[in-house]
Order: sequence, then structure tokens, then C-alpha cells
Amino acid sequence: MSLQIENLTVHYQTLRGDVHALESSTFNVRDGEIMGLAGESGCGKTTLAHALIALAPPMKFVGGRVLLDGEEMPIWDTEKMNDFRFQKISIIPQYAMNAMNPIRKIGKMVEELLKSKKVNPKSVMADMNMKLDLVKLPHEVLGMYPIELSGGMKQRMVMVISTLLNPSLLIADEITSALDVASQKAVAEMLVMFRDQGCCKSAIVITHDISILYQIADTIMIMYAGQLAEKAATKTIINSPRHPYTKLLISSLPQIGVKYVENQLTGIPGKPPLLLHPPEGCCFRERCPVAFEQCSQVPPFIEIDKDHYVACWREVGSNA
Amino acid sequence: MLRVDRISKIYRVGTFGGKELHAVSDISFTIKDGECVSLIGESGSGKTTIGKMVLRLVSISSGVITLDGVDISSLEGGALKAYYRKVQGVFQDPFSSLNPVFKADRIFQIIQEQFYPDIDSQTWQGRVEKTLRDVGLNPEHVLNKFPHQLSGGQLQRFLIARALLLDIKFLVADEIISMLDASTRIDVLNLLAELKQRGLSILFITHDLSLANYISERAVILYRGCIAEMGVTEKIFQQPRHPYTQMLIASVPRLDQKWSSATTASSTVAQIGYQHGCPYLDRCPLAFEKCKKRPDLVEIEPDYHVACWKVSDNHR
Repeated sequence: MSLQIENLTVHYQTLRGDVHALESSTFNVRDGEIMGLAGESGCGKTTLAHALIALAPPMKFVGGRVLLDGEEMPIWDTEKMNDFRFQKISIIPQYAMNAMNPIRKIGKMVEELLKSKKVNPKSVMADMNMKLDLVKLPHEVLGMYPIELSGGMKQRMVMVISTLLNPSLLIADEITSALDVASQKAVAEMLVMFRDQGCCKSAIVITHDISILYQIADTIMIMYAGQLAEKAATKTIINSPRHPYTKLLISSLPQIGVKYVENQLTGIPGKPPLLLHPPEGCCFRERCPVAFEQCSQVPPFIEIDKDHYVACWREVGSNA
Repeated sequence: MLRVDRISKIYRVGTFGGKELHAVSDISFTIKDGECVSLIGESGSGKTTIGKMVLRLVSISSGVITLDGVDISSLEGGALKAYYRKVQGVFQDPFSSLNPVFKADRIFQIIQEQFYPDIDSQTWQGRVEKTLRDVGLNPEHVLNKFPHQLSGGQLQRFLIARALLLDIKFLVADEIISMLDASTRIDVLNLLAELKQRGLSILFITHDLSLANYISERAVILYRGCIAEMGVTEKIFQQPRHPYTQMLIASVPRLDQKWSSATTASSTVAQIGYQHGCPYLDRCPLAFEKCKKRPDLVEIEPDYHVACWKVSDNHR
């Protein structure tokens, strides 16, 4: 097991009380697994990623354990996490377009970054060139300023920098959402290539676009309002989802070939609950078409099939 | 009917504006009443520039845009105001469309002050509430709130309601759903389709082909400011002719099939100031000698245009 997360709970501190952004989440990511993490905005997917890499105020660690390659990560201690960050666990941030220092040449910036981690830049040069070839960037980009690259090229450059020290876990936060379809495909395929080449052991890909995950992820985890809803192999999630939220989410996606005049799609009525004072019980209860009395209690996130986890009382009942 | 006739936009870029960037070159198309036309292209293809030219937010370098036969670039003062009564836009980011300091419904007051000063506030309030219900919002939930208290989907519908209060004939929808969540996105899209059935013409600007296919009758595929392909949406999607459109459609992530392993030509460093040749030349797998000359937009079928030497040569 590459990454094990047990009961991780993270809140945001505000003047009006804690926002329950991530409630006791337990899941595993295997070695070599690309796990897709999907959900609406505000469902806690970015909170989960940031908690793993830099848990800074107003985020507050409430409880839980994170083990990477069997070693416990002190995610509540920003100082101690410095030993893990970039070396063991690395992130491709959401706004990679602005992630690079605009007044440094890219090569210079990478050198400074490596020195700060006490790594000799010369020792990773060969690796770096190999990775640049992998993402089809000319080696000359190291002598260029970020402004000289297009959005897709910057995104690929940041991918190279993030994986420079071959981390165990790579977190890719919405890396494709700002790109157009052609660059989206290129970047997503490069991520798979990175995993295949061993540039990172496993990866968590965060996006709200499930159709991208279907193309590249091995497993998909769906979150809703700070809680895990469902996790299963990609095929299972798309073809036979069990959680009512997953079902609605997938049926509301416009597919190529679907036209309004022929086949009108529907959204999910209602909106997610506010997480400042989250409702008791299952948080999807209010919008759920199949809710019943038992939903006033929080459903457990249980394995109903091999590697298929669901948090829904309906599934608990049908399985027992 | 809105007619766009051979318009171009040249931006001056570089230090002291020494270089020229052809954002839009020589584009013509028409949008009939009650029709929805999609402008599809990557970032930097000039789609937003065209939308802004229709809304008179940027000037036109050459060419004319006419609405029902009237050249819009000559409009001024009262005539321009009358134009905005008929033509309005909604943009990508609803949060930056509104002033965060004021309550969101202030935009309705401004509309009243500017366009309907004769209507008393009671009647106006009734009209606002009716329009909000039309776009699927509950007036009690959304009125008297600040922008940050509303969700992106709500605000986007709020802005559509603002445009509808003016009894518009034409809406420029510039990437209005790309910021929204999957679950609310389809509601806004359905709203647009409903409005279209009531007779509104829509210029739908997007980079998402499946959304364009869902809503529009005709599509214009743009590449680097030039039209690559233009015609009935279904025809383009079922049988794209231009190599660029073929590549675009193959890259759309789908839930029913995986990407083919064919490698995608990734974007290269943007070129400034190139004038000759097919704009897609450096990425095109089929390029040959003739492509060094820019291909003309040829009508290969009634109401179906393609700008590619391969296609037009085979057609002859």
C-alpha cells in the first residue's frame, strides 16, 4: 500500500465556527494506482489534497492518520513535513500557469529550488532532460522565461518540475481544467506516461470532469460535501455506480452526440449543504431521490464488493 | 439577423506596439433569428474577440457587422443604447461580472434607471421577480444578497435574467458554463435552449464540443483567427472534414469510449505575424506543398464550408 489514510478530518477555522470540509475519510491508494477524485466545487477534494501537502491555517487538523509507504506523515507539523514535500509527495498545483517565478529563467528557478532541498542540480540533469523529452518540450525552455511559453507548455513544464525527484505520491489538482481539449488530452496522457515510466509511484488526480478520469484513472473516488460517497474501479463507477449521487452526477454529463431537441438531460435539483453547520446524517439526504429514515444517521463507507466502497444505507441494507 | 462580414482584428503587441497579432482574420458568418450558432476553438483562436466585437467592446480593424441591415460600428448615443436593448452578453466568470461591494440585484436597478425610467418601482419589482422565476430562480432566495452569498450557477442565471429584462433579441454567451459544476451546468444549458425556442438568437462561444453539439444548430470551428470549418453541427460532428476538427473531436474525453492511441499534436510556441500559408500547417499530419498558400473557405455542400486544400481538391 502506497498511501493509507485513516479517519482524516480537516476543518477550516472561521470566526463563525468550524467548516467541516473533510470528515473522517478512510481510503487507500495502491502502488502504481492513478486515483481520480471527483465532485462538485466545495466538496472537499482540494482540501484533501492540500491537507496532504501543506496543512496551513485556516486549515485545522482535527484527527486521523496518513501513512505513505508505511511511514506516518506528520501532516499537522508544517516544519517536519519539509522532509517529505517534493521528495516523497509532490503536487502539480491548480494554477500551474502562475506557479513559476516570472522574473527568473526556468532553469535558474529549478536550480534554486533544488539547492533549497540540498540536492545537487547536476545530479538530476539527465533525469530532467529525459522528462522534458517525455512531455515533448525542447531543452531550450530552461533558458526561457515562463511568459514565453503557452498555457499548455507551462502546465507540462510544471509537471516536469513537480516530479523531478521521483516522488512516491503525485497530486494533480485540476491540471486539465484550464486547457482546451487538445492540450487536455496531451497533458492527461503524459500523466499516465509519467506513472508508467516510474516518475511517480502513484497519483491522485483531482478534477470535476469525470470523462477525463474515465480516460486515465484506474480508480475513481467521488466526494460529496466533505464526505466520501463512493470509490471503485473506473469502469464500475461509470457503468454501474451504486451511490445515488454518483448515478445522478454521471447521468447529467452532456455527451458528444446528445442534442437538446432529442434528449433533454436534467441536472441534480437542490444544492450542497453548507458545511459550517453540516446537517446530521447523510449529507446528500436533502437532494437524494431514495432517502429514507435511516439516512438521518451517517452511513458507513463500506466495501460492498471487492474494492468497491459506498457510503449509502440503501447499499448496506441490500448487502446484509 | 446578425451578419458578420469579413471582419478582422489586429492587436498591436510587443514593446511600443511594434508587432501585429492577427487575432481574427477575414471571418464571415450569419446568425438567423432564433438560431444558435456555436463558435468553437482553442484558447487564442479569436472566439472571444469576435464576441466582444459583436458587443462593441472592442473595435473592428476591418469589415462590418450588421444587425438587421444596420452597421453596428457607426452606432452612437441613443442608437447605441437601442442596440444594447436588443443585444446583450453574459461572460465566463460571474463573480467578476458583478461589483462585490454592492448587492447583486443592483444590476436590475441600473437597468431600470438607464432603460425604463418611466416604469414605477412596484411594476418593475414584479417584472424582476417574474424574470427570475423564468430563469429558474426563487426571488426570495436570491434578492437582497451580495454576490459572494450566491453560487456560481445562481449568479450566471442572475446575469441571464438581467439580459432578459431588456427584451433582447440576441445573446452573446461567452463560455458561460465552463466555470460551473457538472450538476448545475446542464440546468443553465437547458435554460438557454428554452430561451432559444422562444425566439432568442444565441452566439454560443465555447471550447467544449459536446456542449456545442447539445445546444446549437450550426457551428463555426476557429483556428488561430481563421475559420477552419463551418456548417450544420450534426454534419461537423458526424463527419468532420478539416484535419483540425478531426483532431479536436478525437480529443474530447468521452464516457463511452477511450481515447485512441494516436498521438495528439501538442501546441507549439505561438507565432506572431505569420501571414501566409494554412494556419494549421505546423500541426497538420496531412500537410503538403500547397498548404504553404492559405486555403480559401470553400462551400463543398450547401451551407457547409471547409478551408483545407486536401478537402477542396478532392471535392473538385
